[in-house]
Amino acid sequence: MNYILSILIENEAGALSRVVGLFSQRGFNIESLTVATTEDPTMSRLTIKTSGDAHVLEQIQKQLHKLIDVFRVTDLTDGPHVEREIMLVKVAAKTATARDEVQRCADIFRGAIIDVTGRHFIVQLVGTSAKLESFLAAIRDTCVIIELVRSGIIGLSRSDKAIKQ
Amino acid sequence: MVKLSGAEMVVQSLIDQGVKQIFGYPGGSVLDIYDALHTLGGIEHILVRHEQAAVHMADGYARSTGDVGVVLVTSGPGATNTITGIATAYMDSVPLVILSGQVANNLIGNDAFQECDMIGITRPVVKHSFLVKNTQDIPQAIRKAFYIAASGRPGPVVIDLPKDILNPALKYNYHYPNSIELRSYNPTVEGHKGQIKRALQVFLKAKKPVLYIGGGIICANASDELKAFAEKTNVPVASSLMGLSAFPSTHKQFLGMLGMHGVYEANMAMHNADVIFAIGVRFDDRTTNNLAKYCPSAKIIQIDIDPTSISKTVIANIPIVGDAKHVLATLLTQLNHEQESRDLDALVDWWKQIEHWRQRHCLAFTKQRENERIKPQEVIEVLYRLTSGNALIATDVGQHQMFTALYYPFDKPRQFITSGGLGTMGFGLPAALGVKLAHPDQTVVCITGDGSIQMNIQELSTALQYGLPILILNLNNRFLGMVKQWQDMIYSGRHSSSYMESLPNFAQIAEAYGHVGISITKPEELESKLQQALAIKNRLVFVDVMTDATEHVYPMQVRGGSMSEMWLSKTERT
Repeated sequence: MNYILSILIENEAGALSRVVGLFSQRGFNIESLTVATTEDPTMSRLTIKTSGDAHVLEQIQKQLHKLIDVFRVTDLTDGPHVEREIMLVKVAAKTATARDEVQRCADIFRGAIIDVTGRHFIVQLVGTSAKLESFLAAIRDTCVIIELVRSGIIGLSRSDKAIKQ
Repeated sequence: MVKLSGAEMVVQSLIDQGVKQIFGYPGGSVLDIYDALHTLGGIEHILVRHEQAAVHMADGYARSTGDVGVVLVTSGPGATNTITGIATAYMDSVPLVILSGQVANNLIGNDAFQECDMIGITRPVVKHSFLVKNTQDIPQAIRKAFYIAASGRPGPVVIDLPKDILNPALKYNYHYPNSIELRSYNPTVEGHKGQIKRALQVFLKAKKPVLYIGGGIICANASDELKAFAEKTNVPVASSLMGLSAFPSTHKQFLGMLGMHGVYEANMAMHNADVIFAIGVRFDDRTTNNLAKYCPSAKIIQIDIDPTSISKTVIANIPIVGDAKHVLATLLTQLNHEQESRDLDALVDWWKQIEHWRQRHCLAFTKQRENERIKPQEVIEVLYRLTSGNALIATDVGQHQMFTALYYPFDKPRQFITSGGLGTMGFGLPAALGVKLAHPDQTVVCITGDGSIQMNIQELSTALQYGLPILILNLNNRFLGMVKQWQDMIYSGRHSSSYMESLPNFAQIAEAYGHVGISITKPEELESKLQQALAIKNRLVFVDVMTDATEHVYPMQVRGGSMSEMWLSKTERT
């Protein structure tokens, strides 16, 4: 089972290493991790995608909360939420058909071609992780994927409550 | 407002925090602090012979008083030498503040001389840590460190101090904060009232209840409340190693230590219990044996101040997050109002069963005859008798530790100081010295073995320098006893590297360090020589006792078995 944890943490030197260290120290998984400051510059927000059974998830949340720098921990997957991931893909499209295919797929998936050099395109895509996977599946036959980078998941709960309250 | 340098701020902050003694070892990056200690005065500094011992000493001091122990070491090797000590304190929830020197800010990351990433290397074994980059932040960091170390579930906190912020030539306004607030750290102290009520109802209905206590009772100073609660509900009490001394061991409701080397009656009571009321324990693997077979018919009520300790290994049916003292006080209040308070006769059958288990006398051993080796169990029994059970005892780790836990009943909280979680050999001597510093008028005994004592034996020198007349009782069996026991039982007696060849003459070593050394080799001189050793009050006495190397610690739970599966002797199994 996969979970998405949202964590508010003091924006202090070494705080991130405590979180990352905790996961490796206790044998928990990190599938993806993103971090940046929030509207309050003294706080950072981490989003961690992790996996395990309910018992493991409970321990992860408790252990995270035990860190002195951690202000709040919530499991976004526990309720209605939105999640997004951003991906940049560099593809090589050698033929005109392939170039058309990249353009068409980018349009269908509401992506954008943000750079073109010779036969190489960089496509930017935003969506759920599943959507990004589908895009890759769609272009894989006609183009060569040179390299790609994904941001990892970020997300917010859909209720009127904020994590800070 | 007074103006101080960074080094002076460190010392003044400690004074303002009420610190009287610190344990440490000087070096390049903390020389400014040592100079400030010298010029400001007000704090006694105990110079150890190895930084690991400084932490164990502060640890013994902290465990025996409940106060925060303080350590001061230099950067690099000074800092790395503290790791075992810090990890020991972390596992056993001991409040410590460790001040480590660091190379100057502009050198950090350059692999400078005696540089080590102390924050990084200690991260998994501290409750929290601070790298202080500006002089003005020193008082705040120290105040926070003491608060974090002592509150909630206690633990060690590291403060790393780069040399440049200590510069004696640069003075800044100094103010020590009276209180501190941390928005991200608010430990839950009061337990949930409704949950406590539920727990009490389940507990009072139980036919075969057991109170299972641990170190959390001692941390919370909750022994009085525990005793009142146990007596009011007339339930048997079993303890983890760390919980020993929290409840009087001579009390008729006390079953003894449970777990791997727990007594028969305690392990049997746990296995057959219908409700286990666990307070301040974390169901460590040494106390549960095989989790899949653990206490099959028991509902678990668990009180702990650390939410991560609840349902970590054994799932709690009724979890209560809170401080043991507060929750027990609430339980007592509710108990007084409870309509259906416990019918004291309801447990007659349970107590009858427990008496039956007690009749097994699992701690009985064959006393030695003349010309035989001294039995280690008897050494502890004689020590108990000669000290009237009143000595403060620190141990090392191994067979002697278990013999002490089993054969020296502790009646007063903080009387038994031992490394339970990490199991650190070399802990005993420095810890005992820390205990003696805090309790100069009491008899302090370090019970150790020929393996453990050699891991920090250099502290005999510290003991002489500060005049710390403890008694060291060395159970010398010429083996790493616990390793040997496992090799006997599990590895068909193949004693791979568990034999200590070329042991020194310990009595002579003690004499060379300026202490009194006594050797006991014959059973018939055990009592008289031990008495003679205890009569020497103003000097450290090292008593080296040649014990029977063939002895094993029993009971011992069968590996992979339930709580009730134990070896009771070399030939007898449950």
